[in-house]
Amino acid sequence: MSTQPTARHRRSDPGRAAPPARRRGTSAARLSTTVLLFAIAGYFLLPIWWLIVSATKSNGDLFGSNGFWFGSHFHLADNLTKVFRHSDGIFGRWLLNSLLYCGAGALVATLFAAMAGYALAKYPFKGREGVFAVILGAVLIPPPLLALPLYLLASSTGLVNTYWSVLIPSAVTPFGVYLARVYAEASVPDELTDAARVDGAGELRIFFTIALRLMSPALVTICLFQFVGIWNNFFLPLMMLADDSRWPLTLGLYFWNSQLRDQPWYDIVVTGSLVSVVPLCIAFLALQRFWRSGLSAGSLKS
Amino acid sequence: MTRDADSPTLPAADRPAPSGDHGPGRERRPSRSRSGSRLAARRNRSAAVLLAPFGVLFLAVFVIPIGYAVHQSLFRVERSGLGFGAPRTVFAGLDNYTRVLTDSTFLKGVGRVLLFGLVQVPVMLGLALLLALLLDSRVARFKRFFRVAYFLPFAIPGVIAAVLWAFLYMPGISPLNDIGRSIGADVDFLSHDVILFSIGNIVTWSWTGYNMLIIYTSLQSVPKELYEAAELDGCSGFRIAWHIKVPLVRPALTLTGVFSIIGTLQLFGEPMVLRPMTAAISSNYTPVMLSYQAAFGLNDYNFAAAVAVVLALATFVLSYGFLRLSTQGSR
Repeated sequence: MSTQPTARHRRSDPGRAAPPARRRGTSAARLSTTVLLFAIAGYFLLPIWWLIVSATKSNGDLFGSNGFWFGSHFHLADNLTKVFRHSDGIFGRWLLNSLLYCGAGALVATLFAAMAGYALAKYPFKGREGVFAVILGAVLIPPPLLALPLYLLASSTGLVNTYWSVLIPSAVTPFGVYLARVYAEASVPDELTDAARVDGAGELRIFFTIALRLMSPALVTICLFQFVGIWNNFFLPLMMLADDSRWPLTLGLYFWNSQLRDQPWYDIVVTGSLVSVVPLCIAFLALQRFWRSGLSAGSLKS
Repeated sequence: MTRDADSPTLPAADRPAPSGDHGPGRERRPSRSRSGSRLAARRNRSAAVLLAPFGVLFLAVFVIPIGYAVHQSLFRVERSGLGFGAPRTVFAGLDNYTRVLTDSTFLKGVGRVLLFGLVQVPVMLGLALLLALLLDSRVARFKRFFRVAYFLPFAIPGVIAAVLWAFLYMPGISPLNDIGRSIGADVDFLSHDVILFSIGNIVTWSWTGYNMLIIYTSLQSVPKELYEAAELDGCSGFRIAWHIKVPLVRPALTLTGVFSIIGTLQLFGEPMVLRPMTAAISSNYTPVMLSYQAAFGLNDYNFAAAVAVVLALATFVLSYGFLRLSTQGSR
């Protein structure tokens, strides 16, 4: 378990970096493996394809046409207008809320985790391992189990139904501290920090100018995971936020979806789901590339 | 003060500390250790400053709420017989816990998620391991595309994934029903007998790629010479995978196993999304749903807190047990 992140950061694509390996598989094995891999890719991709196709359909076509192909009319623009106009344009508000919760939460969480992880890696103070063990233990506590106690506490302090009630818990990532510690140990050489001390740099300055930069590939990973984690956390906002103007996108779509039996706004829910998925998928693919290049840069140093 | 204090660069770092207070006749040694301890104090202070922001939030978000929940779970709100007068909060000892552990809906919910986990976790991890091994093997092509394709569902939030699959389960809209009918298999994904599998499918769809990536990453860190030696000895790809690669990725499998167990016990979003569509999911279908229902449906916060505490303990016991079991087996 402890070798996991270092291993990840040191990895390189064997097909590219390694000298050309002898290809021993027979062509039959190669073909059957590829067919199998494509079939399984179908399982993972077809639902997303269905969502894309369905967002271009009217309510009638949703029920009447082949689910995996386009309908008789192309209704995407209509559907988008409907989504953003529905209930006085609250969907746009949800989108902004989600960006606020995830963006601010992930950035602050990453910075704080990097500081704590660096401190745990580089300062051998008394009780360090004890502190680390408690933080690691917190990784094992599932968010939904924490949400109820948080709600009880927030309602006794009057924070319930405010932006803070979601933002504050989002800014904490014990798993990020774990990753940051392991990565700081591997990638911030003592020689470098000691040399900076000789030059008279303060400890905080060493962290912000040297360590933070060396740790940046791990920080992207932490930020990515925390962003997805906050975007995914459904239970916390469900409990904390009664007022729909503060909801994140997921909660809003959950609400619309739960009304389907009385309100046949299928087209709106389908298109809204697509809109909520697209930015994240794009960010994910883009960041993955950045993440990868960051990792290979990091592997040169270690 | 171990490694760092002995590091060769330290004397240089001592330099800024003025050494005016010791006479020329005294040895250098004592002053060095004094300024060393001053340095240590300064560095301890820096460590504290760096740890503080996370530490404060950690206390506020993890430690205090858990303490508060445990505290709440030991009390009970009493209303007078006719419902007049203000309700009183009285100490209840472990009564709430007795109620939780004897509550038949809670026990049914626990049984349900355990059954779910026994089937879904091995299927998902088996598929993830298979995909990781295939992508690591020499016979696979288009590895980059497949890796992204399998991982993509992870980028879709759990609730949205559930909404998406809910449509794919919905009679009338779902293309799956049409396909099923055309080959003579008319499955009602939302019926009582099938619903748990339908939920399991959503979780598998969302998380397989993530687990695959963890296993794949750990496969990549295995030195290639290991396989080459086995290949020279005439080992087939299958035997290399099973006898060399699988034991090597055991730690990664353990890690994904623990996270999957934790995920299983907190099952909530998927059944909540499917609930309006089917009578097969009750308001207390899973333990977390029961806790939510107790808090928001019945306003019984004390009972809800007890459920949360019991579940947290169960999570700890199960994941710790799994860790022990899997590390024992490897020795």
